[in-house]
Amino acid sequence: MFFAAIHIPDFIVQAVVRGEFSLHGRAVAIVEGTPPLWSVVAANPHALRIGIELGMAKSQAAQFTAVEIRHRSLAQEKAAHEALLDLGWSVSPRVEDTAADTIVVDLVGLGALFGPEEKIAQELAKRSASLGLSARIAAAQSIEVAILAARGLAGVTLIAPGEEAQRLSALPVHTLLPSPEILETLARWGVETCGALAALPVIQLSERLGQEGVRLHTLARGEFTRSLVLARPSVYFQEEMELDDAVEELESLSFLLGRLLDQLCERLAARSLSARAIRMEFELERSFEKELQSCAHPGQQKLIPRKFEKVLVLPVPMRDSKLLLKLVRLRLQSDPPPAAIIKMILSAEPDRPRTTQRGLFLPAAPEPEKLELTMARLANLVGDANVGSPQLMDTHRPDAIRMERFRLAQEIAGGRGKKSSTPTNRNRSELRVAKPANGFRLFRPGLPARVELRNGLPARVFFQGQRGEVVAASGPWRTSGDWWQEPWDQAEWDVEVQFSSVAQKTKLLAEPARVRGLYLIYYDARQLGWFLRGAYD
Amino acid sequence: MRSALATLRSHVELSLAGRIVAPFGYRDRKSVETVSSGIPEIDALAGGLPRGALTEIYGPACSGRTTVLLSTLAARTAQAEVCALVDARDSFDPRSAEAAGVELQQLLWVRCRGLDQSLRAADLLIQGGGFGFIALDLSDIAPETVRHVPLNAWFRFRRAVEDTSTVLLLLEQESNAKTCASLVLQMKRKAARWSATPKGAANERPAEISRDPFFPHACLLEGADVQAEMIHTRMQSINMPRAGKGPVSITAGFSGSAAAGGAADFGSNSDTAQSFSAQSIWSYLHAMPVEAKLK
Repeated sequence: MFFAAIHIPDFIVQAVVRGEFSLHGRAVAIVEGTPPLWSVVAANPHALRIGIELGMAKSQAAQFTAVEIRHRSLAQEKAAHEALLDLGWSVSPRVEDTAADTIVVDLVGLGALFGPEEKIAQELAKRSASLGLSARIAAAQSIEVAILAARGLAGVTLIAPGEEAQRLSALPVHTLLPSPEILETLARWGVETCGALAALPVIQLSERLGQEGVRLHTLARGEFTRSLVLARPSVYFQEEMELDDAVEELESLSFLLGRLLDQLCERLAARSLSARAIRMEFELERSFEKELQSCAHPGQQKLIPRKFEKVLVLPVPMRDSKLLLKLVRLRLQSDPPPAAIIKMILSAEPDRPRTTQRGLFLPAAPEPEKLELTMARLANLVGDANVGSPQLMDTHRPDAIRMERFRLAQEIAGGRGKKSSTPTNRNRSELRVAKPANGFRLFRPGLPARVELRNGLPARVFFQGQRGEVVAASGPWRTSGDWWQEPWDQAEWDVEVQFSSVAQKTKLLAEPARVRGLYLIYYDARQLGWFLRGAYD
Repeated sequence: MRSALATLRSHVELSLAGRIVAPFGYRDRKSVETVSSGIPEIDALAGGLPRGALTEIYGPACSGRTTVLLSTLAARTAQAEVCALVDARDSFDPRSAEAAGVELQQLLWVRCRGLDQSLRAADLLIQGGGFGFIALDLSDIAPETVRHVPLNAWFRFRRAVEDTSTVLLLLEQESNAKTCASLVLQMKRKAARWSATPKGAANERPAEISRDPFFPHACLLEGADVQAEMIHTRMQSINMPRAGKGPVSITAGFSGSAAAGGAADFGSNSDTAQSFSAQSIWSYLHAMPVEAKLK
């Protein structure tokens, strides 16, 4: 039975660096505290080499120009910890959440998937790098030995059974995480390594340090055994970032959004999941000038909200961060935040990835991901309400339609490439005729017209600067309804109009003189006027 | 001179290597796959609408362009193809489209406000790929406005759909795409067809409305005879034979409660002209079962 411990050294620093890729390979110091008493709480080896010390004031640390100083972010640490757990769950369901910077993975049964333990450990190291974390990984037969080795030894370590004491002997004694008093005592004794501690007689150690001393002794010898405490897999995928300076421009923001989406998608990929929806939450800067400006306009006395939320619902589960970034950008372009952003939280609603087996003989259809992007771009161009699939409403009201989200037939049929065969569709297909129906073009809204009647029948029509003689007419066809709300009451006529020679070209009816056209006109009894509904084309 | 040309040619081929295969090689683009427009007469005339090419249909208002559009949409959606309609003036009528047999669920309708938006929307759809049929309806845009669209815009569309299975249809009042279109059809309306007056014979044109007595309720608009003329083609269908180059007559529209007359009623079939009748879109809406209507 083998266990792999994954430890993230300088976790506080790495959590911040993970969200800010430009800090990779640079000296970073993290400060925390209440202003103005900020002090350094963590620093990476680069910064320590330069001269940064823990507990140093921020003003002192700022003297080192080569050191990047950042504030501690608990949210980023939480996200990094979640990512670490996702890394464990990406290879095994048996994961222990040992500490914020350490997890243990049970490697039993993974040989068939990944190969020997060494390969598994290397795979874990590779995956942790893709999650933006530099991890130390150690595999051993004992959980505690693996944890100690991960804390103390850099890179990937594999400890064979029986070699535990020998491999741990070189580790400094503080990797056992003793209490400060015991550490001080051991330092006074000159015990600096686990090997030195393991060499001490256990009974005498017990007499001087008690049970804690015995436990440390057992740990140092690599003989401490315990069971794995399993962590429950979470479905919590959230990444957030606090900004030092408020960002107002979408271009600048998209760079940060891309980083967060990369992290989210990596985490989803680690769990073999995709996102069904992306929830965006932005904390907005409270700008006195903007609030004053909004209050200055009498009709717009509306305070700028502190938060701005958007939900990007995806037609199919996706985890392509570049595609998601484009969709997020388009969504924010069409409805931008009202103020500058100081904090952003991105969370993904996880779902199983799309698995579709297309048929060889089915007609080609757009890729759902590409289609979504195209539709988002179209919505950005013409407006969200102007793109979609038209659906007729169950009413006789003229032009009563609603726009629905356009979905591919495969999605509607559950991704099996089958056409929906609802009774409505069946009836329609049965009723469909092979002969062409006369096309009809609507004027939205109806064109105002003037109609001269003769014996109650339309005789002459004037619209859009044109005059036409009605040579044939059919009607009136009365239609009315919805008397309880927004009623309509109209009398429709189909007319064939002979345009006179003085007819002028117009925007809608640019055609030479002496031609005939077929139109549908109606008299609106509520507006007491004539209108053109459309043309038969 | 010849050696200089050969050197230049090899230089161009080398610089385009990996991007363009055989830049000077002749590529036969004439044989293309075509699809049915839903109107047998047009299929017989032009051999269908070509895939991976631009088809232009133009004509004045009320000339039958929308009839062809709806028929093609109905035919394509019946084949479960994903279709898109870029509507430059928001004049598409879904109710008549559904009655014409268009599966509205299969149709992506983009309602634009003007020419610029329409061209951009069409470009996005073509670049998106995967659509079986894309229609760019500029029928209600004034021809003088469409004339200002530079020719390279149409060329760009043509190149974008090339090597795809998309049928790109352009509806206008005047022909503008010129040689960028693989097929150009001109539509003309011949005559409207009205049903019989109470005193008249079947399919007789109604009396002038000034004539008395006249009962306008009994006079129904049956449809219109439409003529399609192939102006230009540079393709040879590989799956649909072409009958001839002359114009064909189409009758589309309404037939009332009286049975549709059929071809013999209003025209004669020949090698270059064919005609047919269409049922009223309202008649089979009314025939729809109540359950279907409710759903």
